[in-house]
Amino acid sequence: MNFAEVAVVKKLLLHLGSSLVDSIKDLMPIIVVVAFFQLAVLRQPIPNLADILVGTALVVLGLTLFVYGLKTGLFPIGETMAYGFARKGSLPWLLAFAFALGFGTTVAEPALIAVVDEAARVAAAGSMIENTQVAIADYANGLRLTVALSVGLAIMLGVVRIIKGWPVHYLIMGGYAGVVVMTGFAPPEIIGIAYDSGGVTTSTITVPLVTALGVGLSSSIHGRNPLTDGFGLVAFASLTPMIFVMGYGMLL
Amino acid sequence: MIAGLLHFFDVLVATVRDVLPIVVIIFGFQLFVLRRRIPNLPQLLVGFLFVIIGLALFLQGLEQALFPIGKLMAEQLTASAFLGIDTAADHQAPDWRYYSWVYLFAAAIGFATTIAEPSLIAVAIMANQVSGGTVGIRGLRVAVAIGVSVGIALGTYRIVSGTPLHYYIIAGYLVVMLQTMVAPKSIVALAYDSGGVTTSTVTVPLVAALGLGLASNVPGRSPLLDGFGLIAFASLFPIMSVMAYAQLSEWYGKRIRRQPSGSREE
Repeated sequence: MNFAEVAVVKKLLLHLGSSLVDSIKDLMPIIVVVAFFQLAVLRQPIPNLADILVGTALVVLGLTLFVYGLKTGLFPIGETMAYGFARKGSLPWLLAFAFALGFGTTVAEPALIAVVDEAARVAAAGSMIENTQVAIADYANGLRLTVALSVGLAIMLGVVRIIKGWPVHYLIMGGYAGVVVMTGFAPPEIIGIAYDSGGVTTSTITVPLVTALGVGLSSSIHGRNPLTDGFGLVAFASLTPMIFVMGYGMLL
Repeated sequence: MIAGLLHFFDVLVATVRDVLPIVVIIFGFQLFVLRRRIPNLPQLLVGFLFVIIGLALFLQGLEQALFPIGKLMAEQLTASAFLGIDTAADHQAPDWRYYSWVYLFAAAIGFATTIAEPSLIAVAIMANQVSGGTVGIRGLRVAVAIGVSVGIALGTYRIVSGTPLHYYIIAGYLVVMLQTMVAPKSIVALAYDSGGVTTSTVTVPLVAALGLGLASNVPGRSPLLDGFGLIAFASLFPIMSVMAYAQLSEWYGKRIRRQPSGSREE
C-alpha cells in the first residue's frame, strides 16, 4: 500500500469509529427502557442474556454500516439521478421514474404484505368477503397492488409539485379532506387498517432515495428551495394509501 | 453459532430480494433512459453494499435481541393479572386508570425506538445538509421521538377507552392545519415528511405487538377491530411536534436577538 491508500483506509476507519459511537448512543434509549421495565416494573430477569448481547452488537454494527452507506451510496445515487433527469429535461420519463420508484419499492415491502394479510383476515371475519383461502389471498393481493399504485401516483404527484412549485400544504390538506370524506363512507372494519397502511409503506431504503430525489430535483430547478420544496414526497406516499385502502374496502 | 450464521444468510437474502426492484429501476433508468456515465460508480456501489449488509445485520440483531423481549414485555404489561384487574368481576372494560404502566411503556418505547429508526436518521442528515445546519440532526430526531411517544401513549389510551379512532385522527388533522398556518414556512414540508418516516423497521413490530396485546387483554375489545391505529397515531403526532419545535426555536431565536436591546432599556 502506498501513502495515499493508507490515508484513505485510515480516514475510513476513523469515520466508522465515530459512527460506531453514534450508533451506540442511538441504541441507548431502547436498552434503558427495556432494562427498566423488565427489571424494575415486571421484576423479572432478562432471558437469554447472551443472545440479546450478541443481537445488540449486530444492531449497532448494522446501523453504523447503514449510515455510512447512506452517505456514500444512497444519497449520491438519488441526487445524481435527479440531476440527470433535470439535465435531460424530459418530463414523461421523470414521471415514469417517479411512478416506478414508488410502485416498485412498495409492492414488495414486507411490512405492507403483513398489513394486507391482516386486513384480509379482518374482512373475512367481518364477512365482507367469503371466508375461504382463495378469497382471502385475492383480497390481500388486490389490496397490495392498490397501495403500491397509490404510492406510485403519490411520488409522481409530488414530483409534479416540485416542478410547478405548488405549496406542499395545499396538497396535504386536499389529502386530509379525502381521508375524512372516505372515513364517512368506508366500512368501519377497514378504517383502522387503512389509517395504519399509510405509515408502513415507506421502507428504510425508499425513504433516503425518495428524499434525495426530491432534494436533488429542487436544487437543480431554478427558483426552488431544497428545504421548502424538496421534502414532502414521503408525506404524500403515506397519505394516499389511506384513501385508496378505504376506497378498496368500499368497492368490495 | 452456525445456526446464527445460517439465519443471517436468510435475512441477507431477504434484504437483497427487497432491494432488487429498487436496483433494477435505478440501473434500468440510468442505462436506458439517462444514458450517462455515473460519476464515482465504484464508491456508489460500495455504499449500496454497505446499506444492504448494514440493514441485514440490523434486522438480524433486532430479531435476536429486541423483538422477542419487547413483544414478551408488551404481553406481560397488558395482562390483567399484572395490572391488578379482576376480570371475573364483570365484562365491562375496567377504568382506564388501571393501565398507567401501559401508557408509560408506550411512551417510553415509542421514544426509544424512534431515536434508533434508520430512515429518520437519513431524513435528519439530509435536512441538516439542506438547511445549512439550521435544522439540527439530533434536535429534529428528538422532536419526532417526542411526537411518536405522545402519539402512541394516546393511542393505547384510545384502545383502553374504546373511543373511535377517526375522532382522534380528524382532530389531529385540524391541529396540523392550524399549525401549518403559523409555523415557519421552511419547516412545513419536512414536518409532513417526518410523519411518514418514523414508523419503520424498529417501531412497527413492537408497536403492533403492543396494540394487539392490549386489544386482546382489555375486556370488551377485539384485536381485529381495536388493535390497529397505533401506527396512525405514531405518524400523525410527529408532524405536530416538529412544527412546534420549529416554532419554539424561531421564538427562542427572536428572544435572544431582542434581549440586548431589552436590557438596555432597563
